[in-house]
Amino acid sequence: MAVDKSMNVLIVDDYKTMLRIIRNLLKQIEFNNVEEATDGAEALQKLRGGNFGLVISDWNMAPMTGLQLLQEVRADNRLKSTPFIMITAESKAENVVAAKAAGVSNYIVKPFNAETLKDKIEKVLSHA
Amino acid sequence: MLDGFEPGGRGIEALKQRLAQIRAEKPELDPEMLAEVVRAVLTTISDELTAKEAALLQEVEELARTIVVAKTEIAALRVDDITDHDIPFATDELDAIVDHTAQATHAILASCETLDEVAGTISGEPSVKLQDATTRIYEACSFQDITGQRITKIVTTLKTIEGKIAHIIATFGQDMTHQGQRGERPKGAEDDLLNGPQLPEHAMDQSDIDKLLASFE
Repeated sequence: MAVDKSMNVLIVDDYKTMLRIIRNLLKQIEFNNVEEATDGAEALQKLRGGNFGLVISDWNMAPMTGLQLLQEVRADNRLKSTPFIMITAESKAENVVAAKAAGVSNYIVKPFNAETLKDKIEKVLSHA
Repeated sequence: MLDGFEPGGRGIEALKQRLAQIRAEKPELDPEMLAEVVRAVLTTISDELTAKEAALLQEVEELARTIVVAKTEIAALRVDDITDHDIPFATDELDAIVDHTAQATHAILASCETLDEVAGTISGEPSVKLQDATTRIYEACSFQDITGQRITKIVTTLKTIEGKIAHIIATFGQDMTHQGQRGERPKGAEDDLLNGPQLPEHAMDQSDIDKLLASFE
């Protein structure tokens, strides 16, 4: 199934460096409509006010964590089916289980490479 | 034995002085008889203590000694230096590492974005090679995020230690923070070095240095 690369993608991370890296990696794989949010509250506001085909979020944020953002998204009738990829430096099994239980679409462990990002996006969007 | 009952201790000395005073005021009193009364009183007190109470008394004495030794040792650690200087200095330095690496990473990313733009203006193998190279740089730059998270954990640990030290000071009393003598800090190899790199808020930049040097001309 062909992936629609013109979709809006929301990337969420409280580290501006990571936002810039992910935006550039997405641009290299031809996702050019990328918006950024630096915390969960801003992300929710953008998601509720826009039309996003994919969310890529860091877990480790404050005050709203990526997991809480995911739970909010899944609890929102309009947003609940939006593909959601979690990116985190935490690779503990219990975190992956918690994210899966909350309805995460896929999970990327930092540090990651462009190939992993591309592969996970393709897998998630092909099941959407 | 308790301090006041040690031979030559303050209690015995005071008792001797009082006996001498009574002897001077009432020379008719038999000193031997008076000593006998005092000995009887002391013996009675000793006899009143059971073996359990004596052991408990010894334990309390031991505990008191341990506390005194601990206070002395903690004072020698210069705890006020640790909380007032060492830990804040270490956390500031770590914060500066995060800031500087973030700045450097953004500079690298800006250059990569320029290279990506150039790659878009050319075609064929050179374009692919250029984009592959920038991809590798983007990937490598994510070290800054990982490093930042690790350093944040270290800062949190240092702040926890700072809190525990503050609790120890509160428990033992503020007076102990002044027991370590200023100037006793052991001189380390680093004391002979310059203090750089300085934190940005404390540092002079090149233009400040140039102005300073120019002021001597």
